Amino acid sequence: MGTKNVDDTVQTFIQPSKGWKIVDLRELARYRELIFFLTWRDLKVRYKQTILGVAWAVIQPVLTMVVFSIFFGQFAGVPSDGLPYPLFSLAGLLPWQLFENSLRTASRSLVTNRNMITKIYFPRVVLPLSSVLACIVDFFVALPILILMMVYYRYSPNIYALLIPYYLLLTVVTAFGVSLWFSAMDVLYRDIGYVVPFITQLWMYLTPIAYGSGMITDPKLQFLYSLNPMVGVVNGFRSSLLGEYAGLPLQSMLFSAVISILILVSGLIYFRRMEKQFADLI
Amino acid sequence: MPEHSVVVNQIGKRYRIGSAPTQYRTFRETLIDTITNPKKRLHGKMTESNSFWALDDVSFDVRQGQALGVIGRNGAGKSTLLKILSRVTEPTVGSARINGRVGSLLEVGTGFHPELTGRENIFLNGAILGMKQNEIARKLDEIIAFSEVETFIDTPVKRYSSGMYLRLAFAVAAHLEPEILVIDEVLAVGDAEFQRKCLGKMSDVANQGRTVLFVSHNMSAIMRLTQETVVLEKGKLVMQAPTAEAVDYYLSHGFSQEGFRTWTPDEIPADAAPFAPTEIRVLNTQGVISDTFRSTEPVVVEFEYTLQAPITGLRVGIYLLSTRGEFIFTSFDVDEPEKYEHFRTREAGTYISRCAIPSDFLNEGRFVLGVNASTFKIKRYFHDEQSLVFNVDGTGAPGTQWPEPRAGLIRPRLSWTVEVKK
Repeated sequence: MGTKNVDDTVQTFIQPSKGWKIVDLRELARYRELIFFLTWRDLKVRYKQTILGVAWAVIQPVLTMVVFSIFFGQFAGVPSDGLPYPLFSLAGLLPWQLFENSLRTASRSLVTNRNMITKIYFPRVVLPLSSVLACIVDFFVALPILILMMVYYRYSPNIYALLIPYYLLLTVVTAFGVSLWFSAMDVLYRDIGYVVPFITQLWMYLTPIAYGSGMITDPKLQFLYSLNPMVGVVNGFRSSLLGEYAGLPLQSMLFSAVISILILVSGLIYFRRMEKQFADLI
Repeated sequence: MPEHSVVVNQIGKRYRIGSAPTQYRTFRETLIDTITNPKKRLHGKMTESNSFWALDDVSFDVRQGQALGVIGRNGAGKSTLLKILSRVTEPTVGSARINGRVGSLLEVGTGFHPELTGRENIFLNGAILGMKQNEIARKLDEIIAFSEVETFIDTPVKRYSSGMYLRLAFAVAAHLEPEILVIDEVLAVGDAEFQRKCLGKMSDVANQGRTVLFVSHNMSAIMRLTQETVVLEKGKLVMQAPTAEAVDYYLSHGFSQEGFRTWTPDEIPADAAPFAPTEIRVLNTQGVISDTFRSTEPVVVEFEYTLQAPITGLRVGIYLLSTRGEFIFTSFDVDEPEKYEHFRTREAGTYISRCAIPSDFLNEGRFVLGVNASTFKIKRYFHDEQSLVFNVDGTGAPGTQWPEPRAGLIRPRLSWTVEVKK
């Protein structure tokens, strides 16, 4: 299947698809307005008919931080890598909630929009993609609260704060990659709707949000632990923001990147293979 | 500009029998299978016994600027064909070449979000249908005017009536201006006035030299809008011919010719509830179901149906059409004002609406009987323009002493007087 522009008229050739091309970037670029509008719709709709509106993007991480600080920080005395516990947990929660929200909404995006899939053609990957993009906006709405907390605790970022966009990118790439798998499977097996909340909850415990990764000392476990790309991301985000780094953590940066990209590429391949059946099976 | 807008080359589409694969397999089974036997396709191979061809070896082409009708009974593959041409689903075999942007009215209201306002939905829906943002902005006023919902344009569409919702949705789709327009049964929705408007818009499109692919069960609309028509039967293309010829073929093949037509529950669309047709039959004066009548005897029509709930203002009636899709008449059981008063609300129950097409009225030939159950300007519960076909034999009709065909669909016995002018 392919489309190209010849003398202003669009020519489309329809035939059973084959081949391993994982994503048609040129086609995606042609659909950029659709991506924009779907992102805009997700944002617009998310806080419709709510009293607090977009404030929910701030309230969620802040309330979680309060609960964590009381139970894990105060009562349980969970180590927080030597940082004030509220600041420590919020700096973990923000990238984590970006990840979790992206994963949750994008994984269901195909089934939620099934009437679009059964009626018109567009690159299906647009749906999970725009879900993830909408969550990025939420992240930036919540970010100022973290900056306020840093001012309060008198933490100032250093030059390593420049790494923050890199870690955010990794978060988004990982969330997008995993949701490609989940959203495509969701078309066939609605079990995914039940599996995803469960997985994200487990995943959070396997990521140093409420506790510092310094708690894990066994080198074997450490290796297994670092296979979770979100470990590198959350630690990296926190360290670069709070000025903890003394040198560029090249090794962990690279390691997280490799795993994230593996997830993304495998997700794209799986999605691509399943894509042609979506309209028939959904 | 290429001469052909659409060239379809031996397209076939195979579907698995059974609704969803999840019905048979759990996630766990598939997971284990995929791990232990990675070479096996996700659902195993499709075989002749567990699959069927919804479309089989279909080839045709549509010239630039031509309006082509696509007709066939339910399940003949019409929708599958349109889905393939609008790229929603892929063909299993074969190929098609399309020159130009395809816009389809399969997608009226697709992507409308109930929480968004009318105006916001115009932009969103436009983007989904492939319009550029500046294109939508330019046509915004025109779209709003066409939809007739100006006053509510900044209200969330969840507060719209279904008619308003539909008008807005159609307004966006109608302003898409693609080179190739694909239409699937939009006429089945909305009130009569709105349908007239849609039909008008469609003939505009056809007259502007755009290519139109029109799928419908409405033979008169097909006759009006298209010059050429393809007939699909069980996934195969059986005919591509001038519309009049194709419609005649379609109407005289595969319909009930036994003088009755029965509806099974799965043949009744969900939105017909609480109305459920059971059977329509034509009987002779002896009360025997028949498929052939004499022009000199009346044709008794009985339409049996069930109401699962009371309906107020219901009218049940018949259409009589020629095999070319021309309407001869439409008549409802409560056309008489006093009958309408009496049956203002019909309680739940089973009913038979009966009437007789008078003797000495129809010319010889084949006639198509359709049914309609609706409330005026509110809802069309059930509608089938081609329920059954019956024959009329002209023996004994006026003028049969001359063995010549008489032009015209009816052959009334008129009481002539002849006088010599003094």
